[in-house]
Parts: sequence; C-alpha cells; structure tokens
Amino acid sequence: MDVLTDNLSLYGQGLWGTVQLTLLAGALSLALGVLIAGFRVSPVKALRAFGTGWVTVLRNTPLTLLFFAALLGLPRFGVVLPFTVFAVLALGAYTSAFICEAVRAGINTVPTGQGEAARSLGMSFRQTLSLVVLPQAARSVISPIGSTLIALAKNSAIAGSFSVTELLGTYKPLGERGFSVIWSFVWIAVGYLIVTLALAGIFGLLERRFGVPR
Amino acid sequence: MEPLIVLDKVNKHFGSLHVLKDIELTVGRGEVVVVIGPSGSGKSTLCRAINRLEPVQSGTITVDGRPLPAEGRALARLRADVGMVFQSFNLFAHRTVLDNVMLAPLKVRRRPRADAERRGRELLDRVGLLDQADKLPAQLSGGQQQRVAIARALAMEPKAMLFDEPTSALDPEMINEVLEVMQQLAEEGMTMVVVTHEMGFARSAADRVVFMADGRIVEDRVPEDFFTDPRTDRARDFLSKILHH
Repeated sequence: MDVLTDNLSLYGQGLWGTVQLTLLAGALSLALGVLIAGFRVSPVKALRAFGTGWVTVLRNTPLTLLFFAALLGLPRFGVVLPFTVFAVLALGAYTSAFICEAVRAGINTVPTGQGEAARSLGMSFRQTLSLVVLPQAARSVISPIGSTLIALAKNSAIAGSFSVTELLGTYKPLGERGFSVIWSFVWIAVGYLIVTLALAGIFGLLERRFGVPR
Repeated sequence: MEPLIVLDKVNKHFGSLHVLKDIELTVGRGEVVVVIGPSGSGKSTLCRAINRLEPVQSGTITVDGRPLPAEGRALARLRADVGMVFQSFNLFAHRTVLDNVMLAPLKVRRRPRADAERRGRELLDRVGLLDQADKLPAQLSGGQQQRVAIARALAMEPKAMLFDEPTSALDPEMINEVLEVMQQLAEEGMTMVVVTHEMGFARSAADRVVFMADGRIVEDRVPEDFFTDPRTDRARDFLSKILHH
C-alpha cells in the first residue's frame, strides 16, 4: 500500500498520461476508422483501393515499428512535433485500421434494402451512408469498437518507451526509489483496470442505449 | 401519349444468365403499366433497371427525355424524381414513420423542416396512418409499413412510381389496403410501373399489361384483351395456372 500512497502524484501523472493517450488516440482512430470504412464501401475504385491499402499496412505492422516510423521517419520530412503527438498519431493510425474493419463488418449487417431505399429517394452515397446505413450499423459495431479501444488503452504503454509519460513507465522511477517491484506493478495493473473497466462500462451503456428494433 | 419512360433494346446479364433480352417498352405520362410473369422472368430486374438500381449492359433507358446517367449526382437527381416501392418495404428501421417520410425531402430537396413535416403528415393522413406517425417501422404491420413506404416515395413528388412486387410479402388480409392506395394513385394520373401477381389490380387499374417470360416481353396489351384472349401459349399457360376461377 505504501507504494501507492507514497507516490500518489507519480501514479496520478502516469494514469492521466494513459487516459490522455487513450482519449486522443481513440478520437483520432474513430474519426479515421469511420472515414476509411466509408472509403472501403464507396463506389469509387481509387478510394476503395486506398482504404484497403491503409488497413493492410497498418493492421499488419507491429505497433512498436509504427512508433519508430513516426518518431524517426516524420522528422525527416520536416515534421517535428512533441513526442506525445507522435504517440497519438501512431496509436490513432494503428487503431483506426481495426476500427475500420469493425465498422465495415457493421455496415454489412445492415440489409441492402436500406441502402437501396435511400438511393431510390435520390440520396447521395454520403447521405445514404451517414443518414441511413451508419446509424443502423452503430448498434452491432459498439461492442467490437469497445474491445478495440480497450486494446488501445493497453497498447498506449508502448509510448512509455518513447519518453511519453504514461502509466506503465512509472515502474522505472519507482524502482529507482527502491519500492517493491511486485507491488509497483500490482498498482500499475489496477490503474489499467480502472481505464479498461471504465471503457467497458461506457460501451455497455451505449450498447443498451442504441438498440434498434427491427 | 407523351412517353415518360422509354427502354430501347435493353440487355442485362447476371454473369452467364441473360435476364433481360432486347427489352423495348414505352410508358406514357399518366399511364399505368402492370408487369406480370413467372418468377425468374426478369420483371423485377426490369423495374429496378428503370432507376438504375440494376445497371444494364446494353441498350438505353430514357426517363422524361433524358438517358439514365452513370452513378453520381445526376443519377441521384433522377432517382429523386422516380419513386420506388419495394417488396420488403425497406423503411428506415432507426427512424420514426414521420421521419421516414420527411428525410428525403429535408436532405435531398432541402425543404424547410416545417414544410416537410406538414407535407409528411398530409401524406400519412392520405394513406390512413397519421396516428402512427411517431412509431418505429417495426411496430407497424406489413400493410401499414408498405403504405408508409408509398407515402415516403410520394413525398418527393415523383414524376413516376415503380412498384416492385409491393404486396408479395404481405399477409392476404393486408394486400387490399395497399392496393387501394395504389388504385387511388392510378386514378389520380400517376405514371406507374407495377410488378405484381395481383391480377385483380392489373384488370382494374392498368392501362396495359406487359407479360414477361425468360427475359423477354412476350405480350404487351390492354388488360381485358390479355386476360380474355392471350395470344401466346406461354401466356395462356401462365394464366391457366394462376386464374383458378
């Protein structure tokens, strides 16, 4: 218990770092993921190809490698940003590939007749997707997106190796101060549990909220 | 009569299956054309080809003097002018009945909300469902859903209406409530292409009956002539199987 009470502010900073990374990268990945899912079902071939490429590259690259690519690669093109921003970009882009596939699976659960009815009324592809298909896909997509964001929260630990303040990284200063390694990690695990259980709770509520009777 | 929908040498293949073979059909403004035929004869495909829900491989389809454009903005504009009613209703499951009727006028025609709502309520009243305006589609019976679907299509003030087997998914006792709405539309002079198995409707509402078999239009005639004196064996055979009185 001492490990926690003596280092409350350190733990607090770490937890806050993890929460920030999760929220920012989560928001980015949701926005990108839905957009790319739209690309992947669009009637335009170039957009479909781009979407497929995006998912293939990002889903099949180890996250650590993406971090290196962002941190070492982007500055070569003159993009110099704080480490936290690089971390958000890498985490967000990586997770967006998984979000995209979850959303695309959700789109496929919506009966084709819904899209046909929308098109027959003169709606554009974008209107059909945003007004008719995505709202109905949302329900079946909520649970897999929840899982993806939980994975994101835990993946954010990698940012700690790149000088970004987050929860897992607190074990180093704790070890240097001579605290028990085991208890340091127990409290770190509790911190992650707080984040992931909160996410699970939010998505459970959303799922109950957005039931569409058929 | 001024032609509104013209199909000229239209061919459609699904892979190796030739579903529409050299279709020639003209529907005049205000005309009601009923398309009948055995299942697999291509009649639904014909109906869906008119607003390009099914693209065709060759031939031309003209609506109100303009050939069907390729997928895109121009096609969306054309579809807004051609109402469609589906076998499976396809009401937007996540929207209320009134929202279903208002959505396209609001978003496609960019009507002011108050106008769209007033018009939506008028149309729901017309199909006898004003009291259901705030329910979700799943809470209605099939016949009610189909009447909402007709109101939804009418809300766009279309030049023509396509009906793709509008009563085939309905319980027998609900068929008439839908047919009555369609009959009324026909009497008001709406241009209609109706794919159906309802021979009573064909007899009473149609100006012409088009009989299709194996992807071809086999007969195209006035209903009374067709039902009393079919010219082809194929049509005689079909009629003998479905008219059992």
